[in-house]
Amino acid sequence: MSLLFYLAAFVAVISTVAVILQTNVVHALIYLILSLLSVAVIFYVLGSPFAAVLEAIVYAGAIMVLFLFVIMMLNLGQHTRDQEKKWLSLKGWILPCLLAGVLLFQLVSVLSSYDQNMAPETVGVLEVSALLFGPYVLAVELASILLLAGLISAYHLAKK
Amino acid sequence: MQEFIWLLPTLPLLGFLSLAITGGSLPKRAVAAIGAGSIGAAFLVAALIAVEFLNAGEEVFVYQAWVWMSVGSFSPGFTFYLDGLSLVMMLIITGVGFLIHLYSTGFMFDDPSYSRFFSYMNLFVAAMLMLVLADNLVLLYLGWEGVGLCSYLLIGFWYENPANGYAARKAFVVTRVGDTSMAIGLFLLFRELGTLNIQDLMIAAQSEWQIGTGMAVACSLLLLGGAVGKSAQLPLQAWLPDAMAGPTPISALIHAATMVTAGVYLIARTHILFELAPSVQLLVAWVGLATLLMAGFTAMTQHDIKRILAYSTISQIGYMFLGLGVGAWSASVFHLMTHAFFKALLFLAAGTVIYSLHHEHDIFKMGGKRKQLPIAFASFMIGSLALAAFPFTSGYFSKDEILLAAYATGGPGVWLWAGGVLGAFLTGIYSFRLVFVVFFGASHGHHDEKEKTGFSMATPLFILMLLSLLGGWIQIPVESVFNHGQAHEEHHVSALIHGIMIAVPLVGIAVSYLFFFSGALSVEKLMSYKFSKILHRFWFSGWAMDALYKHLLINPFMWLARLNRNDFFDALYNSVIAISRSAHGLVAKTQTGYLGWYLISMAAGLTAVLAVGVYL
Amino acid sequence: METIPTEHGLILAGILFVLGFIGVLTRRNIVFVLMSLEIMLNASGLAFIVAAARWGHAEGQIMFLMILTLAAAEVAVGLGLIIQMYRKFQTVDISVLSEMNG
Repeated sequence: MSLLFYLAAFVAVISTVAVILQTNVVHALIYLILSLLSVAVIFYVLGSPFAAVLEAIVYAGAIMVLFLFVIMMLNLGQHTRDQEKKWLSLKGWILPCLLAGVLLFQLVSVLSSYDQNMAPETVGVLEVSALLFGPYVLAVELASILLLAGLISAYHLAKK
Repeated sequence: MQEFIWLLPTLPLLGFLSLAITGGSLPKRAVAAIGAGSIGAAFLVAALIAVEFLNAGEEVFVYQAWVWMSVGSFSPGFTFYLDGLSLVMMLIITGVGFLIHLYSTGFMFDDPSYSRFFSYMNLFVAAMLMLVLADNLVLLYLGWEGVGLCSYLLIGFWYENPANGYAARKAFVVTRVGDTSMAIGLFLLFRELGTLNIQDLMIAAQSEWQIGTGMAVACSLLLLGGAVGKSAQLPLQAWLPDAMAGPTPISALIHAATMVTAGVYLIARTHILFELAPSVQLLVAWVGLATLLMAGFTAMTQHDIKRILAYSTISQIGYMFLGLGVGAWSASVFHLMTHAFFKALLFLAAGTVIYSLHHEHDIFKMGGKRKQLPIAFASFMIGSLALAAFPFTSGYFSKDEILLAAYATGGPGVWLWAGGVLGAFLTGIYSFRLVFVVFFGASHGHHDEKEKTGFSMATPLFILMLLSLLGGWIQIPVESVFNHGQAHEEHHVSALIHGIMIAVPLVGIAVSYLFFFSGALSVEKLMSYKFSKILHRFWFSGWAMDALYKHLLINPFMWLARLNRNDFFDALYNSVIAISRSAHGLVAKTQTGYLGWYLISMAAGLTAVLAVGVYL
Repeated sequence: METIPTEHGLILAGILFVLGFIGVLTRRNIVFVLMSLEIMLNASGLAFIVAAARWGHAEGQIMFLMILTLAAAEVAVGLGLIIQMYRKFQTVDISVLSEMNG
């Protein structure tokens, strides 16, 4: 199991790097789906099968399909690659990478003193659902209101 | 019925609200029905309350509608206090007010702002009722300011003419001086005695203060300031003649019958305070005397029919102040009532004259109008007789009582009495000058106009004629308010004094007759002397009070304002503005509009914050 | 079954987050920016799952659900905005949208 975790983590990092380096937007999207799916595997390994399934269905499935639709509507693809290449100058990478490096270093140095193993047991759909529709029912309501607002505003914005 | 006393201010207020909200979209008949009807209903309620109150034989009825605010021990309420004094005031306001509203439905019918007019009028009646029914000085002050606001709105009713707006502002600013003095008086009273409930205040003042204490003098003086401003007494009288810029029914209701007598009411209401400060009380008498003489002299020289009546109003309120000053409280209130009758009559009749003669105000362009304007003529005859205190008209009884009380005070009372009698002489002259010039002699223009009075305008005139003639026989139930259990003392004076007081107005009328009717004496001849010319100019300008204010107050103020044009403090504030401007410029430069820039700065900030959190 | 140290999971979440962050900062194509934002959101979701696994609780999964909802709503609105932007400016370059400067 531990091996599966590190393997999936490796795939996730590589595919994410590929996403931010890609010039073809459709390829980038495929890499992103790959990254999300490997994160889903990690979720499974960490004992959260419900989250893993949702990650695959909602993230890698629904949301990415939405992206694909928009990319098709905007007619982005092979012919915008040259433009993308022009935009990705080396100079633009230095400062973000520096900042990100500092940020990551801070994170790691905080975590290095933390020495705790994860609990091996699996938390299934039953426990999650019991909590979700028990004490956290208000959060569910709020989330549904948020989705409704998103629905209405997306409809309004995309209208001609 | 008494517990329905809250309906009194509420009914006119509802009328105001419904007219204000509909904003002139109602048909004129509906506006008239709401405007006059609300006051009529209020009068009915007032009459029923009065009947029950008098039958019950109680002296006081208090009704608390709700608590207005509650701060510590200070909790003024919307509490209505009914005793003889407020009963009389309430009946005058709703009764005379209703008649004037009824008159206005005809008088203002052609005005495009018909609805606005009635909404202001209703608001005025509501505020005035609040003023006289209040049981604490805070609620009284609310009504006091409310009537001031309505007065301002109605003087400037025809706001298209800038002169009317000027007159409205003048009235507002001048009365504001008095109102401020009154507000300070209220603060002082509250600090010293810890309450503003009028009855508690009077009891506390009696027990805490000796007669003539400095604090009693200060408080009563400040209240007197408010009364002087509202009632147009010296030295704050300058606004009332200009207030005639409003429609004539306004002059009748607000600037003659009710609002300007609020000062008299205030002093009568707090008379115990004034009794504790005899020097201030005497000052009230002298202010009244000076005002009534000044206004009397001025009224003799005016040409404008409404300005004559305005000065005569100032003069008659002077009589009321004189009465208050000599302690003749009930006589003053009695004069307030009779004055409301005959002055409302005179103003409404003047309105009829003006309305019928196409807005002519100059009495010397009228002449011989008694056949053309019969109802106005009858009204003016009766009103002027009452005004001049012709025996057995209403004005005779009330003025007689005041003068007798002045005579009976002793000390300076004789002089007050003599001044009052001189004022009565002047009243006879100026009131009948008006009658003779307008209604007798040859016509000087407007030969063909007919009198324009419908039912709605004639009825109030007839009722007010009756009241002016017979109002002197009404007994007002204020003895219990002012006497504190003592028996009423009769003033016994010699027959000579009585004779003088009856004769003097008649002599005044006779003089007026000789000058303006028979022509036995000629004004032109009198005016040919240089001295009398100067005197005439002086009187005509209202004793040059406006010029005095201009030189004493306005010019120095303007001079100071000019001096301080490039204000030192402005420079201070301007530098603050300049600094914040430049700082704004600096900060605005960071707003490039590029998303990347914002993200980088956010990230840099985040790393910095994290670094502080992690390593410190 | 051997267990995985918690810090490894958290460091993975950090790496993914920082990668998404670099993407947001460097890309000028707004579609890429939005995709990078998705990566960042997903990374924070991963952190919650790791925390849930550390304690064996279900609350972390609930938080992940909330993040998922948020991401869905955000993507819907964001893509709508992209369409509007493309209609108005015929471009997906975010540096064009710089009118709101001081």
